Amino acid sequence: MIVADTSGKVEINLIVNHEPRTVSVYPMARLLDLIREELRLTGTKEGCGEGECGACSVLLDGVLVNSCLVPAIQAEGTSIKTIEGIATGEQLHAVQQAFITCGGAQCGICTPGMVIAAVNLLERIPEPSQAEIRTGLAGNLCRCTGYMKIFESVVRACQDNKQNMPAPVGG
Amino acid sequence: MRAYIPAYELKSPGALIDVLSLLALEPGAWKPFAGGTDLMVLFESGKLDHKKFVSIWNLPELRGISVTPEHVTLGALTTYTEVQSHDVLQQEFPMLCQAASETGGLAIQNRGTLGGNIANASPAGDSPPALLVYDAQIDLISAGGSRVVRYDGFHTGYKKMVMHPDELIKSIRLPRVTQPWKQYYRKVGTRKAQAISKICFAGLARMDGDVIQDIRIALGSVAPTVVRCSATEIALKGLKPDASAISKARAALAREISPIDDIRSTANYRLRVALNVMEDFLTSL
Repeated sequence: MIVADTSGKVEINLIVNHEPRTVSVYPMARLLDLIREELRLTGTKEGCGEGECGACSVLLDGVLVNSCLVPAIQAEGTSIKTIEGIATGEQLHAVQQAFITCGGAQCGICTPGMVIAAVNLLERIPEPSQAEIRTGLAGNLCRCTGYMKIFESVVRACQDNKQNMPAPVGG
Repeated sequence: MRAYIPAYELKSPGALIDVLSLLALEPGAWKPFAGGTDLMVLFESGKLDHKKFVSIWNLPELRGISVTPEHVTLGALTTYTEVQSHDVLQQEFPMLCQAASETGGLAIQNRGTLGGNIANASPAGDSPPALLVYDAQIDLISAGGSRVVRYDGFHTGYKKMVMHPDELIKSIRLPRVTQPWKQYYRKVGTRKAQAISKICFAGLARMDGDVIQDIRIALGSVAPTVVRCSATEIALKGLKPDASAISKARAALAREISPIDDIRSTANYRLRVALNVMEDFLTSL
């Protein structure tokens, strides 16, 4: 049981991008604010603040969530991955590189959420169909690209992933 | 205006018995908080009047889908994502899977729960019409014991339920669909994903040759609660779904629902589309 201190705040322990972190927040504070304001990881964006746009998407124990709809106390003991945890050092993730190559990012507000949702999609379905790409990204809204360049980016990332895979051994 | 966060309490006791004790201590003082996909929206927009909540998200007793020869029982915290990926639900309860796939986007489906969809008591919920025609039963639990109630009649008025303030929805029980029923589900919204319904229709029918032997119809977003349309069902039983039966059913359904104008649609549109969708269902039989 997590007990609040005299100010009403609770201590939340969680793992963020592989690093254990501890923050003191109000239990109803949004995971989004915990990430942006307490941890100063401002890559995650706030769009609508009501679960419609997906700009605040993060992975919570590997599951895609809208961080604006998760109260901090429910993140206790979980592992969070934000856009800052997608690249490996200076090496961009295939999805990030494909967004650059295909023009999938324009103004940039939807991009962190869109990349998180696309990474999650490819983790679940390594070679998604067009319909699966559209369903996987249906909760992420973009006002710039018209979506086609984003869908192309996902397809490109799959192709790059495939090329970079080690050749099958034996035969 | 945004909510004043320090004014809100959200406890997470971690054990079912502690949650039930808290709910029983001062009935109505504490309200359950599951995946947060509705409550957090109200909270953020400063419209969440209630201030004290208890998180039930981490209660294992409220999770999981179990199958017996008679029933499929879904824990109240079963998410829309879990509904869609379950084999027996896909085979026997395709309308529930479709409702789950048309609720929000993936991130909402990962957090939104079936129990939450019921207890939130919105007449615009996507799964309730399907649950109504599947003759769902609700397992309620409290510190004082447990009871089972029929889902038909569970909602007694706008946001009103037969559930007491000290009770939690533990699970939802669906009688297995073993006979060949025809199933038809249709949600009409502004766009395919991320839209709340203007109307939502679920229909089940069992045919004897070309005659309707049994039929069940339920609608969402056309009355203060989701509604099972019994008068329309009675009007259709024993008939061939021809032009005369359809016209009879349209008249019965128009009397049975009471759509209104609101931010998402108009009474006129809802009535016309509800009747047309039902006609489409009957024509498909």
